[in-house]
Amino acid sequence: MRNTPLLAFNNKGIYCAQADVYLDPWRPVDKAIISHGHADHSRWGHKKYITHHSNIPIIKHRLGDINVSGKEWSETFTINNVKFSFHPAGHIIGSAQIRVEYKGEVWVFTGDYKTEDDGVATPYEPVKCHTFITECTFGLPAFKWQPQEEVFAEVNNWWQQNQSEGRTSVIFGYSLGKAQRLLKYLDTSIGKIYTHGAIENMTEVLRPQLKMPETTRITRDVKKEEIKGNIVVAPPSAHGTPWIKKMVPYVTASASGWMTFRGARRRRAIDRGFVLSDHCDWQGLLSSIKETGAEKVICTHGYTDIFSRYLREIGYDARTEQTQYEEENAEQTSKTEDA
Amino acid sequence: MRQFAELIKTLDSTNKTTLKVEALTQYFNNAPDRDKVWTIAILSHRRPPRPVNTTLMRLWASEIANIPLWLFEESYHIVGDLAETIALVIPPSSASSEKSLSQFLQEIIDLKPGSEEEKKEYLKENWLSLNYYERFVFTKLITGSFRIGVSQKLMTRALSKATSIDEDILAYKLMGDWNPAKTTYTKLILEENEEDFLSKPYPFYLAYAIEDQPEDLGDVSDWSAEHKWDGIRSQIIIRNDELFVWSRGEELVTDKYPEFEKFVGVIPNGTVIDGEILPFPKGEIGTFKDLQTRIGRKTISKSLLKKTPVILKAYDVLEWQGDDIRQMAFQDRRAILEKLYTEVKFDELPLHLSHTIQFTSWEEVAEERERSREVKSEGLMLKRLDSPYLVGRKKGDWWKWKVDPLTIDAVLTYAMRGHGRRSNLFTDYTFGLWDEKKEELVTFAKAYSGLTDAEFKKLDAWIKKNTLERFGPVRSVTPHHVFEVAFEGIAESKRHKSGVATRFPRILRWRTDKKIEEANTLEDLKALIP
Repeated sequence: MRNTPLLAFNNKGIYCAQADVYLDPWRPVDKAIISHGHADHSRWGHKKYITHHSNIPIIKHRLGDINVSGKEWSETFTINNVKFSFHPAGHIIGSAQIRVEYKGEVWVFTGDYKTEDDGVATPYEPVKCHTFITECTFGLPAFKWQPQEEVFAEVNNWWQQNQSEGRTSVIFGYSLGKAQRLLKYLDTSIGKIYTHGAIENMTEVLRPQLKMPETTRITRDVKKEEIKGNIVVAPPSAHGTPWIKKMVPYVTASASGWMTFRGARRRRAIDRGFVLSDHCDWQGLLSSIKETGAEKVICTHGYTDIFSRYLREIGYDARTEQTQYEEENAEQTSKTEDA
Repeated sequence: MRQFAELIKTLDSTNKTTLKVEALTQYFNNAPDRDKVWTIAILSHRRPPRPVNTTLMRLWASEIANIPLWLFEESYHIVGDLAETIALVIPPSSASSEKSLSQFLQEIIDLKPGSEEEKKEYLKENWLSLNYYERFVFTKLITGSFRIGVSQKLMTRALSKATSIDEDILAYKLMGDWNPAKTTYTKLILEENEEDFLSKPYPFYLAYAIEDQPEDLGDVSDWSAEHKWDGIRSQIIIRNDELFVWSRGEELVTDKYPEFEKFVGVIPNGTVIDGEILPFPKGEIGTFKDLQTRIGRKTISKSLLKKTPVILKAYDVLEWQGDDIRQMAFQDRRAILEKLYTEVKFDELPLHLSHTIQFTSWEEVAEERERSREVKSEGLMLKRLDSPYLVGRKKGDWWKWKVDPLTIDAVLTYAMRGHGRRSNLFTDYTFGLWDEKKEELVTFAKAYSGLTDAEFKKLDAWIKKNTLERFGPVRSVTPHHVFEVAFEGIAESKRHKSGVATRFPRILRWRTDKKIEEANTLEDLKALIP
């Protein structure tokens, strides 16, 4: 009889006592298993990092010279009889779900994930388990994503329209993940793609792994006139800074799940909102939970109270746990904003 | 409907005023006249009576979306707009309706007397068959208040571009209680129709708060000053032996103030007076609280009339002997007003003159301002002697110079999510003050404004991490933050738990330098009651 659960939530992170390791810890620990490269999941200061190999360039770029070892998809590694493996989460490149098995009991921690295959990240694969620890950033029935082809058709139309009116298009997205997804589907027959330094730096790190179109970093030497009518990809934090003045006359857009809310777009004083998310929408969450076959569900970050209450109503043993992953936070601009 | 929904979508896709005006102008150039009238009506806050209450709409929407009602309600609290929530949770459709905006509005008007079943069927059919924007607009038309980031002023500007009619003239045409279901575009906008003008008020001229020192306004001899009274800004119209009373909110309120009927026959026809309706119990100016007993009532009883009579404090005259004299200099209009007042003042009319102040220096004006609370005014109004009566809020000729607000340091105790551009953000706050023993915080006021966007964002993140309890959209938070809360007036109140009612409370600043122990007590607040 084991009294402690296989995974427990403490003040440092999600802890596996049997193996003495943490999953995505938010305070420095000896051994950390990391789901993906966003700053709230892969933090600074752990003695050892274990992650999917495609994530290594990302966290090394962000955290410097760290002690990290990489694993393949589904490759099992055992620590004190606990079996761990990484499975694609489809959130961003290198993002993984972490499967933990001990004496036949299986837990899966999703990190962040999405069900749609975006052609950049390795597509999400459901993993059978007994207990499923899920994010629910967009765990409300108000969130329903359109297929990305439709969204990118709108983005490219918008760019073309702006160009015909003599304006530069400036689109905001996180430098890790959203930016590369945008780059991949921007229609370069319309014009050239320019990038903010933060985006260019991260994209350079990922070029060996991803097929990306040509981009031009905006430096002091880039002339105002040459940018005109083209598209600029920038992190959300660049909005409202002097940097953007070089793009005048410009039109702004944001690509995020939060753009579902009219108020969110208006509050940020952004012209156009494209609903494009790297997380699951409401149906995506429900269907992936179902596919895992899990009876127990633990909701971490997002609309946890509401989502877990609904899960209980439809028959799951669901509860919430406090974590320090970006919670319920439509306002964040800090995430992966590091150069 | 497609055209109107497209307009809303375009307005939604830009943050730039010029592009919004452009989109509206184009709409006014192309839409059918009937739709134009309704668009003008909706964007000037005239809507058909609501055919279905929102409780039923929420219930039906949750049924159709196949989610429990509580989940719909939670989503609504987060989305912050009912029509938007409904448009989001109902299964998507890509269809579009061929019906025009005015057809939809006629259907909505006709729906009102229908049975509950018919109403449900009608909503369901449309919700399921319209695409996101049409569904959103359709639902907005039913729920009313169409606030979408387009002001009436902006709409008027676009209409002016489309028709080449002067903006101020259009603003005047759009005043009053015209009915979009009965009037036509030609009649409302294009024609000059004397009869329609019988009851029409003029657009109010509104002042901005003075930014710096009054000395910056220049030579004191160019200015007039009077007290700024705290009541209901109104226009009194006497035309054709009829009285019309309009409030600043463009509401016709003649029936609510029967004491003004006495004006007819004494004040000559063809007169429009701009003034303030003030409560006048026991022969002196009362508080705004007194006036509130008159505002909400449908029928005004004799005893109420006796207990809380009202007067009009006259500021200005806009029409005299049937002529629009707004272009005349303020001092000349005042001369007419004062002459009129002298002629009628022995007739025991509920008409008082808002006296201008005699002064020779800005220091003397400042001294008079210090007396404002004593005479029950909110401060002073400064008007340039040669100023015309303009339309809307304009800078330059008129300034309000209010008394400094009363302030108190209070602790943030509850927070609620905002609406519109503040949706999903905790921006509506409740504040508490310490009780006698300094053990418990007693709620005394709510405030929604006064912080910068950056401060709202910071506080929102803190609230999400420091929630104690949730009550639907409201959260109680750990008492931690102290804010300096400002308010205009204060009075005892039996309706409030604190025993005190404050007028127009708002946040003055975030006192990050103060600990909650240093916040004020309820006793401190009560000491401010005059």
